[in-house]
Amino acid sequence: MNGRPVLGVTDLRVRFDTDDGPLLAVDGMSFDVHPGEVLALVGESGCGKSMTALSVLGLQPPNARVTGSIRLGGREILGLESRALRSIRGREIAMVFQEPMSSLNPVFKVGRQIAEVLRKHEKMSAAAARRRAVELLELVRVPTPERVVDEYPHQLSGGMQQRVMIAMAVACDPKLIIADEPTTSLDVTIQAQVLEIFRRLRDRLDTAIILITHDLGVVADIADSVVVMYAGHKMEQAPVMELFERPRHPYTKGLLGTVPRAGLSGTRRELVEIPGSVPLLRSAPTQCVFADRCAYRQDDCRAESPVIREIGVAAQVACLHPVEVVVRS
Amino acid sequence: MSAPVLEISGLCKRFRVPRGAGGGVVHAAEDVDLRIEPGEIVGLVGESGGGKSTVAKCVVRLLEPDDGTVRLNGVDITHMSQRRLRDVRHQMHMVFQNPYSSLNPRMTVGAIVSEPMRRKEHGSRTATRAAAVELIERVGLSAEMFDRYPHELSGGQRQRVGLARSLGLRPSLLIADEPISALDVSVQASILNQLQRLRAEFGFSCLFVSHDLASVEFLCDRIAVMYLGRIVEVGTRAEIFATPKHPYTRALLAAALVADPVAQRERVRVPLEGEIPSPVRPPVGCVFHTRCPIAELPLCTTAPPETTMPTGGTVRCHFALDDRVN
Amino acid sequence: MTAVATVLTGRALARRRMRRRLLARPLSVIGLIGTLVAIAVALFAPLISPYDPAATDFGSVLAAPFHGAHLLGTDQLGRDVLSRMFFGARTSLIAGVLATVLGTVVAVPIGLVAGYFRGWVDTVISRLVDVVLAFPFLIIAVGMAAILGPSLSNVVIALGVGQIPVVIRVVRGEVLAQRELEYVQAETVNGTPSGVILFRHILPNISNAIIVQASVAVPTAIVGAAVLSFLGIGVQPPTADWGNMLGDAQGYLAQAPWLGVFPGVAIFLTTLSFNLLGDGIRDALDPRSR
Repeated sequence: MNGRPVLGVTDLRVRFDTDDGPLLAVDGMSFDVHPGEVLALVGESGCGKSMTALSVLGLQPPNARVTGSIRLGGREILGLESRALRSIRGREIAMVFQEPMSSLNPVFKVGRQIAEVLRKHEKMSAAAARRRAVELLELVRVPTPERVVDEYPHQLSGGMQQRVMIAMAVACDPKLIIADEPTTSLDVTIQAQVLEIFRRLRDRLDTAIILITHDLGVVADIADSVVVMYAGHKMEQAPVMELFERPRHPYTKGLLGTVPRAGLSGTRRELVEIPGSVPLLRSAPTQCVFADRCAYRQDDCRAESPVIREIGVAAQVACLHPVEVVVRS
Repeated sequence: MSAPVLEISGLCKRFRVPRGAGGGVVHAAEDVDLRIEPGEIVGLVGESGGGKSTVAKCVVRLLEPDDGTVRLNGVDITHMSQRRLRDVRHQMHMVFQNPYSSLNPRMTVGAIVSEPMRRKEHGSRTATRAAAVELIERVGLSAEMFDRYPHELSGGQRQRVGLARSLGLRPSLLIADEPISALDVSVQASILNQLQRLRAEFGFSCLFVSHDLASVEFLCDRIAVMYLGRIVEVGTRAEIFATPKHPYTRALLAAALVADPVAQRERVRVPLEGEIPSPVRPPVGCVFHTRCPIAELPLCTTAPPETTMPTGGTVRCHFALDDRVN
Repeated sequence: MTAVATVLTGRALARRRMRRRLLARPLSVIGLIGTLVAIAVALFAPLISPYDPAATDFGSVLAAPFHGAHLLGTDQLGRDVLSRMFFGARTSLIAGVLATVLGTVVAVPIGLVAGYFRGWVDTVISRLVDVVLAFPFLIIAVGMAAILGPSLSNVVIALGVGQIPVVIRVVRGEVLAQRELEYVQAETVNGTPSGVILFRHILPNISNAIIVQASVAVPTAIVGAAVLSFLGIGVQPPTADWGNMLGDAQGYLAQAPWLGVFPGVAIFLTTLSFNLLGDGIRDALDPRSR
């Protein structure tokens, strides 16, 4: 985790015009991702994390308006025309989605789909691409890759399909992989295997990974740094250990408290609840977006929307009254 | 000792796979034994294809078992006709997984919650309405939700409506089939809390089907672990989480992620190899032996006996009492 | 934070949204206007027709349009074309709408039963539907009209029956989807009898699909009625009907081509309006379309 950032996002805003009025899906997101770093983008549904990822790749819906700056290795890619974006997708930035079954084309063999990525970006011959496809399947620990390469997606299990997706993503050795809830639909034991693959990719190929998830267990397992999102805003960013040990934003603290913790101490305490639900932002907020649900709210929290600022080492928080308690030692 | 609320013996449910999709028979549930005592919350855990939902649906008679028996408060309901079942259905109810399709979009919250009571008790309109409003409030919603439609409610609120609906007739058994998997994490917490509170207030027993071990550990008194349609281990919360006996239970616990980076990264990560076998062609004998780290052939190609542990739980493993499991 | 406006909830909100989406598309608005015009014309035909549509006038046979007392000219018996056009709208719309209502009312319960209970009932119904659908719609309609005899009511019956298999299919498909949803399973767990589940729970949730289907079926029936009358086995003269006006016009194409043009254009515009409206309704009701 060093050197120049692979991806730099500054003040990203994504705005929709819907039947019921404007919708601010993302309102001022900024973050950097470095080579070999796993950045977890954490939040609940509706917080804008998926939209952030899609915007990076230029895959936002046509009625979305995106402003801000997205720099890939120093080069501005927001607003690039489609041809330039297409050459970036798959080659420099790759994406892994949540539902592998709907991301893989059911009528083409798996090997061919991987090879297609290779032939398009690296101009390989069919034979060379096929050989490389088998190698990639090995990299993601698919058993009997020479056979799997000729199978159709529906012949594979969910975990296998996800590995194929990862193989396709890694095919051209991208600098950055964006994984949107890659293990959410997988069984627990399979999830463990897939996370192991991501770890190997990070260690062996020094790939930067943006991992979008709502599962704090996944974050605890594999993330290096964490960005907590809420209603299109970044609430907190910190290295993973620090985030869990010393959450500064009340929302982060609340999220951590909602997870049933392993503890057989007989006493059944209640889990922390955060009343209410994630709001939809319709206009630039005039107060802290979390204020309505915040247990630590004070008067000035309703007067202005806090700006994200540095706090501690490599940590940021958007809160007027950050929590100061150490949650665990 | 009072009779168990639910007693399942040797439950089997098989589905035929159409020829076009490969043919064969899926043993969705095979020889399942489970007992639930009054006031207990029993968790049913396992991965997809494990058979948990099938068992839950057989208990509620959304499916009819092919073999074995299901006894509800002592009455054998395994093959009862739907008409006769209506007399006993008030003793059990179900909470479903998907908050977006488990409520009729054309009915108001009040109508949904009142319906079981209207059906069964035929009380006056005002009495039923009052009872429904009280239920709505007891699950943590405000009374004004009575006239709202499901699409105006969030996922968590809808699940609360589902809870209210199921409690109208004061069932002795509540079957919760993955009730929180489709919700956001913070909302999951509130539903788990609510379930715990309601159990204390109403005193029902609960079969809690889930793949999320953390919530099962939080909520359940006893836990049954399923793999490929068979129950491989049953035990109390302490037994299962502190001293799991079956290799699959151990693998499941090892794979479950802990939301604490220090603890999670210190754990020895030995992910279970292989895929879940096809349910149409389950492994012979012990169904777990193809992925089991301690399997021994040819012993494990014979069906393992059900061993009752000294502490009361049961394990289906040839090496249940063996020290090598540790 | 945000201004508090009057918030519509539930039904009212859904209806307003639907209306707004319907009116948002210019084509749907055109369809709506055209349909309303056709309905108005049919309703007020006696009030707006300058002449009695059956009144013959052998003094001014085959008069040209835009040239004299008759705005759209006269036909071979001296009857005013404009008045006959107005009254023709009546028969066309009655035929189209009633046939659709008949077909829907008969087919919906059959589709519900087939889709919900499955088993041999479904197999029998589905195969029967397949058999009937194997025949071209018009062959069936013609056959029935031939057996029943030509008249407006028999046209309605023939066209209505022709629609039944299609509606059964649509309803059955919707029921198949609904019965897998958990709210239906919840009703079973409630102990609700199947009949009640079908009619009080599932039917309201598939009403959108039925409405859309009907709005597409009406123009088909209008054309079907016109065809039957054109062939001489539908509405009989002297009753004014676009179809038999077209049929009569065949013999006078050289001398008085307008006799065929006007009813033809009328059929075209009416069916187009209904179709555009139907598309608009379908898009407005579909929660997923933008």
